[in-house]
Amino acid sequence: MTLQHFMNEAISPWMREQGPDHDIVLSSRIRLARNFADMPFPIIADQKDLEQIRKFFQHEYEHTSFEEYKSFEFISIRDLTAIEKSVLVEKHLISPLLAKKEGAAAALISGNEQVSVMINEEDHIRIQIYFPGLQLTKALNKALQFDDWIEEKVNYAFDETRGFLTSCPTNVGTGMRASVMMHLPALAMTKQINRMMPAINQLGLVVRGIYGEGSEALGNIFQISNQITLGKAEEHIIEDLESVVQQLIEHERKARTRILEQSGIVLENRIFRSLGVLKYSRIIESKEAARCLSNVRLGIDLGIIKNISRNILNELMVLTQPGFLQHYAKKTLSASERDILRASLIRERLQFEE
Amino acid sequence: MECQECHQRPATLHYTQVINGHKTEVQICEACAKEKGYLTYPEEGYSLHNLLTGLFNFESGNIGSAGTHLDKGKETQCSKCGLTFSEFKQIGKFGCGECYHTFSANLNPIFRRVHSGNTEHRGKIPKRKGGNLHLKKQLATYKQELQDLIINEEFERAAVIRDKIKELEANINRKEERDSGDTSTFHE
Ligand SMILES: [Zn+2]
Ligand SMILES: [Zn+2]
Repeated sequence: MTLQHFMNEAISPWMREQGPDHDIVLSSRIRLARNFADMPFPIIADQKDLEQIRKFFQHEYEHTSFEEYKSFEFISIRDLTAIEKSVLVEKHLISPLLAKKEGAAAALISGNEQVSVMINEEDHIRIQIYFPGLQLTKALNKALQFDDWIEEKVNYAFDETRGFLTSCPTNVGTGMRASVMMHLPALAMTKQINRMMPAINQLGLVVRGIYGEGSEALGNIFQISNQITLGKAEEHIIEDLESVVQQLIEHERKARTRILEQSGIVLENRIFRSLGVLKYSRIIESKEAARCLSNVRLGIDLGIIKNISRNILNELMVLTQPGFLQHYAKKTLSASERDILRASLIRERLQFEE
Repeated sequence: MECQECHQRPATLHYTQVINGHKTEVQICEACAKEKGYLTYPEEGYSLHNLLTGLFNFESGNIGSAGTHLDKGKETQCSKCGLTFSEFKQIGKFGCGECYHTFSANLNPIFRRVHSGNTEHRGKIPKRKGGNLHLKKQLATYKQELQDLIINEEFERAAVIRDKIKELEANINRKEERDSGDTSTFHE
């Protein structure tokens, strides 16, 4: 297995499994920020120190396995092309910040892409673990076990009063950011989501779109995550997040039913027109593609469209990002060239379903 | 709710800012938040940089009105990484673990602001690094228990607990001796 393995497929192997509430929740993620004790944080550290950390991870963990997460691949960011970096970012295997780093930045990614460890990002160590659907507790338990495994060899920066010490004061304590990726087309259509956001913010949680520039959530895909990391145990942070996610699921389901009852034909029209656009376009911008993909996915979830797999949304959202398109074309593309290739890849993918 | 900056996109981010002691609510879209420096990079979704700046403005406002000025030479500086408190304010990031101790006296208001009133960790204690802490917490529980038993004159059970305390204390001492030898960054 090599880097190529991560580059070939737009959707990670673990995404093919269906998790709980998969009609609305795409994935759950736990991220833990950790640092070495007695080492300056990356923002201020000498290249020499960071290089020592990079080498330590390569030496200790390359091609190792932890439980079901087999054969970790070790990737130094400086060895990647610009296109390879954007593909890893688009697949959420590394962060945009890590991709921008030169020098000793690296990543350790499990063969099934469920676990990735970013090395020398804002903190020395950032552990990320993904689960399909709504599985926060399971993801947390796995992340904490993985954390124990790393701690066997790493002396963590930990303080009795402040907890895990991180470079940014917003991460101190648990160092944990838990997040849930949700497809909320009905709440977006009815603009209910905008009204719910301030209330969710008040609970110490953040809602944001993950695709697209600016505030609009491209593809109606939203990420809900905790803001507070200090003064609350991991399990309680997860509980609070989960209860809000459950409420959003309930509201989204109700909104879907209401739209279907009140204007079923309008909704059906919108869904099938979107499918038509995706099937026959020769040029398509990412915004339009995302809107249509969201509608088609809603159609699948409501049973209006049959014989197309649910994964079409996650898969094509990633596959039609600039990095992936250019990886596919094996060259840099202008925006208009990308719109042509995007349309052609989507057509191809939909034909494959028939 | 529309964004208060561009009045076009919906406001998806909400901040409370404290500038010179005045609290203001900011309702803003992500594009404007990025432009105005609320967001450092998209991964985090929000940055408390401005929030911190707001808080510090509040602080320096007080200092200013009292007519004092911080002498650069006397400024608190981390002995380990060299970061000064004003540099920390500027970048909003710590330079190393020691910074948390160095700037400790000034951190509680910041943590309270960022973590809705909290200043102390209540989550995971790492197995190795926090090994003693587990034992110390257990010890505190036993000691409380012992006191309760003595007050209730349950001396037989108190004796059992006293033995447990002795054993635990010996354990902690042994562990401390062992750990004091291990100062390497990479644990062997
Ligand atoms: Zn705006
Ligand atoms: Zn320091």
